[in-house]
Amino acid sequence: MAKKPDPPPQPLTPAQTVWLLATGLMATAPLASQVPTWLTVVAAGAFLWRTLLAWRRLPLPPRGLLITVTLAATAGVFLHYRTLFGQQAGVALLVVFMALKQLEARAARDGFTIVLLAYFLTLAQFFEDQSIPIAATMIATVLVATAALASLADAEGHPAALLRLTGRMLAQATPFLLILFLLFPRVQGPLWGLPRDAYAGLTGLSDSMAPGTIQSLAQSDAIAFRVVFDGEAPPKRAMYWRGPVLTRLDGRLWRPGDTRRLDAPPYAPLPGSPAYAYTITLEAHNKPWLFALELPETLPPDAFFTSDFQLHARKPVRERRRYTLTSYPQVGFAAEAPAVLAAALQLPAGMNPRTVKLGAGWTALGNPAERVERAIAFLQAQRLTYTLRPPLTGEHVADEFLFDTKRGFCEHFAAAFVVLMRAAGVPARVVTGYQGGEKNPVDGSWVIRQSDAHAWAEVWLDGRGWLRVDPTAVAAPARIEADLAAALPEGEPLPLFARPGFDCLRALRYQWWAINNRWNQWVLGFDPERQRALLARLGMNSPDWRRMTVWLAGLSGLVLLVLSAAMFWRRPRLDPEERQWRRFTRRLAKRGLPRQPWEGPQDYAHRVAKELPGAADDIRAIAALYASLRYGHAAPDALAALRRRVAHFKP
Amino acid sequence: MPSSPNATPLAAVLAAANGIILGKERQIRLALACLLARGHLLIEDQPGVGKTTLAHTLARLLGLDFQRIQFTSDMLPADILGISVFDRETGRFRFHPGPVFTQVVLADEINRATPKAQSALLEAMEERQVTVEGETRPLPQPFFVIATQNPAHQLGTFPLPESQLDRFLMKIALGYPDRAAERALLEGRDRRSLLAETAPILSAGILLAEQQQAATLRVSPALLDYVQALVAHTRGTGQTGLAPRAARGLIAAARAWAHLAGRDHVLPEDVQAVLPAVVGHRLAAAGEARDAEDIGRALIEAVPIP
Repeated sequence: MAKKPDPPPQPLTPAQTVWLLATGLMATAPLASQVPTWLTVVAAGAFLWRTLLAWRRLPLPPRGLLITVTLAATAGVFLHYRTLFGQQAGVALLVVFMALKQLEARAARDGFTIVLLAYFLTLAQFFEDQSIPIAATMIATVLVATAALASLADAEGHPAALLRLTGRMLAQATPFLLILFLLFPRVQGPLWGLPRDAYAGLTGLSDSMAPGTIQSLAQSDAIAFRVVFDGEAPPKRAMYWRGPVLTRLDGRLWRPGDTRRLDAPPYAPLPGSPAYAYTITLEAHNKPWLFALELPETLPPDAFFTSDFQLHARKPVRERRRYTLTSYPQVGFAAEAPAVLAAALQLPAGMNPRTVKLGAGWTALGNPAERVERAIAFLQAQRLTYTLRPPLTGEHVADEFLFDTKRGFCEHFAAAFVVLMRAAGVPARVVTGYQGGEKNPVDGSWVIRQSDAHAWAEVWLDGRGWLRVDPTAVAAPARIEADLAAALPEGEPLPLFARPGFDCLRALRYQWWAINNRWNQWVLGFDPERQRALLARLGMNSPDWRRMTVWLAGLSGLVLLVLSAAMFWRRPRLDPEERQWRRFTRRLAKRGLPRQPWEGPQDYAHRVAKELPGAADDIRAIAALYASLRYGHAAPDALAALRRRVAHFKP
Repeated sequence: MPSSPNATPLAAVLAAANGIILGKERQIRLALACLLARGHLLIEDQPGVGKTTLAHTLARLLGLDFQRIQFTSDMLPADILGISVFDRETGRFRFHPGPVFTQVVLADEINRATPKAQSALLEAMEERQVTVEGETRPLPQPFFVIATQNPAHQLGTFPLPESQLDRFLMKIALGYPDRAAERALLEGRDRRSLLAETAPILSAGILLAEQQQAATLRVSPALLDYVQALVAHTRGTGQTGLAPRAARGLIAAARAWAHLAGRDHVLPEDVQAVLPAVVGHRLAAAGEARDAEDIGRALIEAVPIP
């Protein structure tokens, strides 16, 4: 560029300003849940201010004021996050910048900044939430941002025309999107979401249990995982999704035992045991354990068994994860390690004296199996009530539950039963996880929600191994046979999706879940394994990243070629009168009277009319209508008249 | 060729002109279109085919005053533009306007004069005003120059340079009359006396209004596409193509042609009708001595109507 004083930049037109405001709003609004409230207010204020200025055609605020506000907001972000880096602070900062940039958008250059920022923030929308609605929002944001870009290039552009142009551009980009999605070499690990703070504050089972822990989960609609059975599914009452196993009791708190040093005892499916093959899509829950039906035979890659048959990933599950298992409900155990059995007998001294006394009374019974039966019979006899709102208990949880309040949630049942068994000298422990689930009739998949969280117990019987005992089933069989809603007395608060009724919504909901499931499996869960499987099905066996890159480049080139060829060959879009005219001339050409490419309508009509005196009037009229439409001042109905005439024209 | 309704005065002019100059319908029409488009006309032909008569007839029928300047090799610019003469009675210089201060000027055998004299006229044509001795005087309205020139190969001529040729909107040839027309010419009365008896049909005022009206005819985007395609085709071939001025001239001439046909919009046919006359001399000037008609025809047939 020549060295001369820069010409004053072209100020933004009102239309461009509106486009940029829309772009900024669309890019930042979905992020409102990711940034602190005060920041949302600041950003909304900036947008509102800018809108007002544009409305009233007032000048933009002075630079000094903007710098002050920007510094203050940056300081606010720093105070809130204690850093300016990292995902959350970075997004917050960019939201601030986007909002304040609107207030100094004077020329096209500022517009470009806003659009680029919008593209980046669009990506940030995916950090928090990767659902279909967010993906739709992202596409809409990209559409508007690109249209804003187009309006910066073409200040006169009509909004609809700009959107059309952008839509066409995005449509042309779609084949590349698909190719890149399918073929771009995948890395193991989250594609979106930075590992550090991506999944802070997710709900799920924790590795300890106190009264109220599971009860709090029962209020949550959040999905824990989805299951697709390959073949037959077990009956719902047998669906025990095993999670953390809690062996150690510290006062009121149940904790996992020290399991890592020991290997899981060998076990084998009993002959005649049914086998269930299934694939679980586990939501991120920021804890290392995986869930499985009791008990899986094989391990998913990158996972191991603890000595109490807990399926563990090597790292916390911070992204949605799919794994396939085969489980056998009936297994036979070899001997259990003495240390494990000893741990399963531990009781804190001086706690739950009444329960311990009761259990200890049964030690006289020689057979541990009998002791278990006695305990179950005792629970039944106590007429315990299953409720989501158990009364608060003091230190001796099991005592108060069994003898005083007699009202409890599954954790009370399981904990009290385990205490009772231990006192009776039977090794026992609490198992937490999920029970049951909801089947989606649309695609046959099962959805297991946090409200399905459950706690049960298992006891060790020599010769038979670990046996599951669900004390809740004793008191409230409906919890296991049907679902939580059926088991609870009328009027207990329940999450929306667990409530019965709402039948009209239910069908819609199932559809939505089915779509979501597909989305999770095929879009979000498109990991290296899936990619390999898909490519193998397409005939690319054992593709490595080099071959995939070659394919990627080749296919992209091919699509580019096809698109350019289509654009190159596509005849210019014809005006309606031109289309009619061509129809007309084609018909005459079939009669051996083709129009020369350089022949004007009047000359052509004149020539042809002489050859076809019978159709001369029609020919002249059509040519006159066409000429008036294309070159002159046409009457309002001329096009319709031309269409009619051409349609009826039979040379 | 589309026939225009006889009701319009312009059609009456054409009919009357055709009664005087026989067998030259097309050339008369082009000449009138050139005048309507505010262009100037160059006629290249043999002496004695009726160039002067054409110019005179148009001037007469349109009610314009007319002067003929015979260009010679010893001609000076003052002979065309006029001169200031000292008036002894008033003691001042008085400007005697030259023959160029006329509505229709016939510049006969323009290529006989030296380039200096030629350019004096051509500048007046372009500017539509004359500056003599520091004073600028406007030329009358309308102002129409019909220049004639002998074919370039004749002796004692100074061919007009390309830049000057460009000042003429059209160049036409009259050509020999065909057999029937010549017979009628020979049988009929002397053209001059016939002309002297003819009454004007139009006046300068009406003609100016017609010029204005012609300039507002609708030229649709599709037609502009066509004109641009034509112009682009001449530029693509390596030789000198048509300048934007030529494209503007083409549109103006096509408008005038369509106006003569009584239409309110311009068709590709109008462009094609005036094209050889408008572009022939501009393209042929680039070296080849081809007939303007051939050049125009070749161009038309090479470019499809978009």
